[in-house]
Amino acid sequence: MAATATPEISRSRAPADAAGERRRWFRGQPFWLVAPALLLLLVALGLPLAIVTLRSFSEPGWGLQNYVWFFGSPVNLTVLQRTFTISAWVTLVCVVAGYPYAYAMTIVGPRVRLILILCVLVPFWVSGVVRTLAWVILLQDSGVINSMIRGVGLSPIKLIRTQTGVVIGMAQVLLPFMILPLYAVMKTIDLRLMQAARSLGASPARAFVQVYVPLSLPGLYAGAIIVFILALGFYITPALLGGPRSTMLSTLIQNQVLSLLNWGKGGAMGVVLLVATFVLLALAAPLTRQPHKTGSRR
Amino acid sequence: MRLPARILLGLFCLLVAVWLIAPTIVVVPMSFNDKKSLAFPPSGFSWQWYQNFFSNPEWSSSLVSSLKVAVVTAVLATIIGTSAAFGLDRMKSRVSGVLRAVLITPMIVPGVVLAVGIYAVYLDTQLVGTLTGFVLAHTMLAVPFVIIAVSASLEVFDKRLETAAISLGASRLTAFRTVTLPLIAPGMLSGLLFAFVTSFDEIIVALFITSPYLKTLPVQIFSSITRDADPTVAAVGTLLFIATSLVIGAGLLVGSRQRKR
Amino acid sequence: MASSESRGATIDIRSVSKRYGGFTALDDVSLHIEAGEFMTLLGPSGSGKTTTLNVIAGFTELSSGVLEVGGRSVVGVPAHKRNIGVVFQHYALFPHMTVGRNVAYPLALRGVAREHRERRVQSALDMVKMVDFSHRFPSELSGGQQQRVALARATVFDPPLLLMDEPLGALDKKLREWLQLEIKRIHRELGTTFVYVTHDQEEALVLSDRIAVFNQGRIEQIGTGRQLYDEPATLFVGKFIGDSTVLRGTARTSGDETAIDIGGQKAVTRKRLPNGGTPVMLLRPEKLALVRRGARISVDRNSLAGRVGEAIYLGSGSKYEVVLADGSTAVVRSTLEDEAFQIGDEVDVLFAGSDARLLADDDKADLTLT
Repeated sequence: MAATATPEISRSRAPADAAGERRRWFRGQPFWLVAPALLLLLVALGLPLAIVTLRSFSEPGWGLQNYVWFFGSPVNLTVLQRTFTISAWVTLVCVVAGYPYAYAMTIVGPRVRLILILCVLVPFWVSGVVRTLAWVILLQDSGVINSMIRGVGLSPIKLIRTQTGVVIGMAQVLLPFMILPLYAVMKTIDLRLMQAARSLGASPARAFVQVYVPLSLPGLYAGAIIVFILALGFYITPALLGGPRSTMLSTLIQNQVLSLLNWGKGGAMGVVLLVATFVLLALAAPLTRQPHKTGSRR
Repeated sequence: MRLPARILLGLFCLLVAVWLIAPTIVVVPMSFNDKKSLAFPPSGFSWQWYQNFFSNPEWSSSLVSSLKVAVVTAVLATIIGTSAAFGLDRMKSRVSGVLRAVLITPMIVPGVVLAVGIYAVYLDTQLVGTLTGFVLAHTMLAVPFVIIAVSASLEVFDKRLETAAISLGASRLTAFRTVTLPLIAPGMLSGLLFAFVTSFDEIIVALFITSPYLKTLPVQIFSSITRDADPTVAAVGTLLFIATSLVIGAGLLVGSRQRKR
Repeated sequence: MASSESRGATIDIRSVSKRYGGFTALDDVSLHIEAGEFMTLLGPSGSGKTTTLNVIAGFTELSSGVLEVGGRSVVGVPAHKRNIGVVFQHYALFPHMTVGRNVAYPLALRGVAREHRERRVQSALDMVKMVDFSHRFPSELSGGQQQRVALARATVFDPPLLLMDEPLGALDKKLREWLQLEIKRIHRELGTTFVYVTHDQEEALVLSDRIAVFNQGRIEQIGTGRQLYDEPATLFVGKFIGDSTVLRGTARTSGDETAIDIGGQKAVTRKRLPNGGTPVMLLRPEKLALVRRGARISVDRNSLAGRVGEAIYLGSGSKYEVVLADGSTAVVRSTLEDEAFQIGDEVDVLFAGSDARLLADDDKADLTLT
């Protein structure tokens, strides 16, 4: 005991040297700097979510009735499953479209890169609702896309009020969330490693698959997770582009609470969505770490 | 990369780029339609939907409400978010890592779940349809963006510069004001812009807590879309697009000039 | 090693040029490298040495000329089919693979069976003394360790030719000197042809059998270190390798004798420039002697008056910078037995005319000495 106590004492008795002073200054201040944000979070996020959770167990009476109802209803389970399916499709489309795009951003000159970045950011420049409206117009049976399909002599496809239409619209909204993290990781990859791989006997395609792709995976995972999670909670796009056969969970929740005033059932669905989101995030977060810094120590 | 592969990649990126910007561009011609219908391509040309936007009190008042909410939100979120980013920067990495994760949760909580909860709280506290209610919710949603933007510039900020300023005789506060603040100002500015846009464009929570007395622009757009095919919506979209383009264009110009200096 | 003769590949570069748009990176470069030779490409940055290396490796295609490795043209052969080992300045170890997997990578690409792979990886790591680090990731190693692994990876598949692009450039001096000796040892053990790029003339002298000095996309001279030091072909080579004193002034050639006027005093040598141009004299520091002003006068030696501007004690002797009458500087090295001088001392710089190297003046030779 004495052995462990001694350094404790000597440390507390040590004069206020520079390091000690800095430590004390850092210890007190930072928390109070973060406190307003935490308080805001508690009031405007914690409290509402707590009430949603509470009501899912307490309305109309205490118990698990709302969850029993949710998991007992085939309609709900279909919507839950559809929510995941649509999100998975959206994620897949974003990966397929975003990976080559982000890669191109890393190999072009600065001027072309600026144009590519602008194309990613332009969607943010116009209200999300207005953009969804544009999709409604574009995807109509008589819309531009179907006119083009007819133009090349194919039979038109039903896009509006279908899952395909919802996926197209959602993926467009979410693509930037795929491209930006991918680009952030890809631009740290040392392209000279590809040269090294070639000198060791790897063909360009092989070098890409065995060296480049593994190094880009953290960005790919990060983008895919954020896209999938945001897609799970999507509301406006499916509501405007989808039909009754493409309803997602958010629409169902909104309907329960605002139209049917059924806080308990709406709450239970909300908790299911929330839990799914956080479980996914917790499971996938380790994948997004960049374990080995690429490049040399300069 | 060999030439054919390059061309293929280029074409693919062009396709993706078109997909990304098409909905934004399509809105512009739609806003000049001469008939009261949302169609692309439009059938004729007129300015009437722009006139309607500025003369119809339903539209103009929602614009004013949105601007009010967004300005107050942006200022509040920038102050709170910047302060938090500084706090996180000075903490032990393990603590700050956890706190950072907690502070950005508003970005990933499903909008409708959050909106339902906020609606419940506001019903009990009479905040539905009030400026305070909107600002409170939107500030909470916007703070993560400010934290991310300011943290990014703090990460590249060389803390030795502050120490250097102090060694040159500046007090801690003066060093902060004359060295740290100017260097992280770009981060704060982009945080401010993000916060403004987050609030100005927010719709899900707004749909729940709106009232006939306080309606933000996205809510007005949404109800217009679901009610009838009024091209005024396209006019609003076009105006927003032009306004943002101007702001971002100015930002890019200032940025490139600073870099040259 | 007995087999060393057969292990390396010869390299034949004939009239190779490389142009990027209007810029000529390599201008009619010719270079023959013997099997098993240690050839260093030396020059300032932008002189074309790295471009030459990239052309040999296949990272850059040449614009015109002949390039043969082991007697066969490799023009148009993609880099991954050339079977040439490359060590980069930036190490270029794959950060997502362990040391062992990095070194095994070229073997896996060549379809070497797993059991053989293991053994060859071990012996390659053994050669660079990194066996114990096989399971580490590159990010856990120091720069010197990373470069040793890179060396093992570039040689594990027994390439007949190893290219090294400033491999020690990012390391500190002590480590660099030790690794230079390691590289020399490995060259002896492998018997492979080494082509080594550096801008550090001392490093080039330590390592190489022969050195090709590059300047502005051309080769100025190819030769052993001794040849380059004693008989530089151009003023650029003379100044780039070792310390030197350049005497410039109004030159007069009469018969087979050239005299240069330096601030009123004459330096004379029984040589003349074969190809014309303005002659200058280049002198190595150990060929110059320093005496007190007027202390010794010899008829067969040139004598230039000057004042000691800088005296640097080197341990084994001293180095003096003497400011001559025309304002130029002479660099003199003296041994411990010689008389010591202080800054400001009035001195005479003596040298034999036969020790002076007569070269054509070249104003571009100064620019590149950075």
